[in-house]
Amino acid sequence: MTATRNVKGLLGTKLGMTQVWDENNNLIPVTVVQADSNVVTQLRNAERDGYVAVQIGYGQIDPRKVTKPLAGHFEAAGVTPRRHVVELRTADAESYAAGQELSVEIFAAGQKVDVVGTSKGKGFAGVMKRHGFHGAPASHGAHKNHRKPGSIGGASTPGRVFQGQKMAGRMGAERVTSQNLTVHAVDAEKNLLLIKGAVPGARGRVVLVRTAVKGA
Amino acid sequence: MHILDSVDAASLRNDVPDFRAGDTVKVHVNIIEGKNTRVQVFQGFVLGRQGRGVGETFTVRKVSFGVGVERTFPVHSPVLDKIEVVSRGDVRRAKLFYMRDRHGKAAKIREKRDFKTAK
Repeated sequence: MTATRNVKGLLGTKLGMTQVWDENNNLIPVTVVQADSNVVTQLRNAERDGYVAVQIGYGQIDPRKVTKPLAGHFEAAGVTPRRHVVELRTADAESYAAGQELSVEIFAAGQKVDVVGTSKGKGFAGVMKRHGFHGAPASHGAHKNHRKPGSIGGASTPGRVFQGQKMAGRMGAERVTSQNLTVHAVDAEKNLLLIKGAVPGARGRVVLVRTAVKGA
Repeated sequence: MHILDSVDAASLRNDVPDFRAGDTVKVHVNIIEGKNTRVQVFQGFVLGRQGRGVGETFTVRKVSFGVGVERTFPVHSPVLDKIEVVSRGDVRRAKLFYMRDRHGKAAKIREKRDFKTAK
């Protein structure tokens, strides 16, 4: 698969949500993402790697904690080691240079973006919370089965429970992408992105902001 | 949420006078009609203030032609031209919902006499 689209992206830290006024004096809920210290760590090309991509590093890390192979990888790009590294498949990877710093100004207000993050972990959750089952009635003879899933399959035919049957289990703490969010404002001075609406994950977690896959 | 205070600072107004429930205020609202803008004044007493930060609102109640009218404004809304405190009220509640059930003389709020006029 070759990348045919030009994708821009940044890693950042979700600082939290607040509200700001827009030009029509409406109060807009925004998520503030701090995307400083993004740097290009490597360029992937078709001849050597088989695909075209740009590798981006983000976040501070104690240089003593970096393994020797990784330290050499960052040194080859001429940058200080970063905590997080991500690759973006983009057709215009040649326009980047290793060691180049990326600022929040690659995004403009009004642009559509996707935000990828790790959702909040919910622990062991029942089927009502995890899969949206309706449960059983609160009364009318319901006995000790208010939040139970009910039947999970047939009897001697098929004689087993089908794979993928929705049941209780670990919920959350998985990779989630919120698509087609609008960039409300870009603060180049403080390296902040104000993204309209909510983005996945808890405050202080790392998220990837990139140009929207769908839409214009 | 202290981490976002610098972001919020841009959305907050710094010309909001100090007022609380029971105070009589004149709220000057900018109204846009097509291309023209005019200022409409809504005068009444403050029923209460709700919320905090950018989203904080306050409710003003008045009785107009025998009908109670309440309007809720965001404290930091750019729509507001200004908020003018006419008088301070002597009340013992933060929310004056009991005033909705009062009519005539019982619906009066005593004025706080010993307050310092804001400069």
